[in-house]
Amino acid sequence: MDLRLPRITLAAVVGFALGASGTVMQGFFRNPMADPSIIGVSTGAATGAVAWIVLPIATPFALGLQGAAFAGALIAAFGVYLIATEGGRTPVATLLLAGVAVQTFLGAIISYLLINAGESLERVTYWLMGHLHNAGWDDVMTTLPVALVVFAVLVAYTRDLNVLLLGENEAHSLGIEVERSKRILLALSSVLTAGAVAVSGVIGFVGLVVPHVMRLLVGPDHRILLPTSALAGSVFLVAADTLARSGPAELPVGIVTAAVGAPFFLYLLRRREVHAL
Amino acid sequence: MIDVEELSIAFGDVQALSDVNLTVERGELVGLVGPNGAGKSTLLGTINGLLEPTAGRVTVDGDDVTELSARALARQVATVPQETSLSFAFPVRDVVAMGRTPYRSRFERVSRTDREHADRAMKRTDVARFADRSIDAVSGGERQRVVVARALCQDPDALLLDEPTASLDIDHQVRILSLAREFVAEGRAALCAIHDLSLAARFCDRLVLVADGQLLAAGTPESVLAEEHVEHAFGTEATVTSHPVTGTPDVTVTERQSDRDAHVHVLGGGHTAARAIAALATAGFSISAGVLPDGDRALDAARAHDIETVTAAPFAPVSRAARQEVTESVRTADCVVLAGTDETNHALAEHARRLVVVREVAGEAIAGERTTDIETARVTDIGELVAGVEARLDGEPRRLETPADD
Repeated sequence: MDLRLPRITLAAVVGFALGASGTVMQGFFRNPMADPSIIGVSTGAATGAVAWIVLPIATPFALGLQGAAFAGALIAAFGVYLIATEGGRTPVATLLLAGVAVQTFLGAIISYLLINAGESLERVTYWLMGHLHNAGWDDVMTTLPVALVVFAVLVAYTRDLNVLLLGENEAHSLGIEVERSKRILLALSSVLTAGAVAVSGVIGFVGLVVPHVMRLLVGPDHRILLPTSALAGSVFLVAADTLARSGPAELPVGIVTAAVGAPFFLYLLRRREVHAL
Repeated sequence: MIDVEELSIAFGDVQALSDVNLTVERGELVGLVGPNGAGKSTLLGTINGLLEPTAGRVTVDGDDVTELSARALARQVATVPQETSLSFAFPVRDVVAMGRTPYRSRFERVSRTDREHADRAMKRTDVARFADRSIDAVSGGERQRVVVARALCQDPDALLLDEPTASLDIDHQVRILSLAREFVAEGRAALCAIHDLSLAARFCDRLVLVADGQLLAAGTPESVLAEEHVEHAFGTEATVTSHPVTGTPDVTVTERQSDRDAHVHVLGGGHTAARAIAALATAGFSISAGVLPDGDRALDAARAHDIETVTAAPFAPVSRAARQEVTESVRTADCVVLAGTDETNHALAEHARRLVVVREVAGEAIAGERTTDIETARVTDIGELVAGVEARLDGEPRRLETPADD
């Protein structure tokens, strides 16, 4: 029980965070392919974590593995934001492109580090695949408060998100401070994703699939969609993790979410249930 | 109510508006008329705070719009755009209720007053019948009425309409403009950019004629739609008569000047295409452009000049429909300007009847030279583009090989 309970709780918290930030990203980018990693958060976290494991240097401020991942995530996201911002404006298309470029660049760094990983290669690979197996209460205690606080603020911005779906010019003429709202939404969902990725590695597809499925069920209104997706993310990840450890050999949960999530998503795609926001 | 004082706006080196003065009083529906690219949308964008003036200022009820918060401004000014990208499944009722956004604090639920405003707006615009339908399941005319309802729900003192009737049938055009008339009858002000001069004359108290970013005439429809004004602004031969039913001025374009009659399609994006679009628009050609990804510089230029574009989402492959639309546009264009270097645009250029290739870099060869079967003029300086296109249109055999100045 002492092993299982923190693990189940952490799965719920991470799923909650990924579901919520996926919803925000898809709404923010008005792009059905957006997920929490689109502005480089996950790749940034991976770079931080891999560097911490592989490089024989001491991290500043005595950061642990998770601290390094968290810092990497935020640095990457902030970097993407700075690159895409010009004269106080951050066009969404530029942000998306900058995110892709930075992810590719960080991917190169990760690959380079992997070549030189040596004995720690297995540990690195395991981290990258997304895992919950050595979760402890301390992980829950650091992630849960972040997730709850950020989520509470996001809920206050759900109406802005709805109005932003109309397009930025119209949102402006309806009284939304567009650039400020965009900055806040971006920062919040980056922190939320970073908090999740730092403790669990890159767990794919939760942030992409869950909001789509929930949008089919409850509609596009973010006031309802955001909390629903967050809770559904929890349920999905707890279920996936249960599946991951029920086999003869335990699997990293990232493999399960991708293996289950991707076919389901394709099924929805073929049924034309999922096509836009 | 709305005061525009000596307003100038420039986008880079393109002067979109220069020294415009304009006033819209309460109780007045003012029509903004002029050719594509005259600066009508730019003017409206400045009044609702989207664009910052380069010089001069805009006040609404005495407040400088650049100093108001988006929220404060949205309580005073509502905008009905030309078209809305409403492609998601919000119910009509919710879209209308979004008009209450500037009145609600972040944590407030929908109040009774909000609901009453939304209901009243939906009743007036006759959208209450389909209030529970999804916005992506209503027709174009109905959708535009929903947007008007949303603007009314915003309870503003001034209403801006940017060619709200451009894509509507005649019945819906009249309905939208009648709603604007009812709005000003309550002692509020409305400024409406509008293409159809006869319709503008029929519904507006005053007209303002802009061309080339300058105010050409302002006053009663009869005085503004004088033949010489229309001919000057649109570069056409015009006949103005009195409409037999409404008695308001009725404008008939009789014959256009041959050199401005041409439809030019601009292929390619980025800086060169943006400048090409601006130069051709200023010269008065009828222009189309595409396929341009969202966020492309050329798209901004095209929008600044009210130009028809085929757009695509960034990253998404160009859809078959978009490609067909562009191919058709290229085929029917009197002249195609190729400003892009990529394969797609080169392939599209093969369909051109007449082709002008723009290269801004001196002496640069055209990649692939794939357009051998079409007689091609090459231009290496944007300043030469208009002359190059005109030469091509005249069918003169002369090849343009102007060396670049820069």
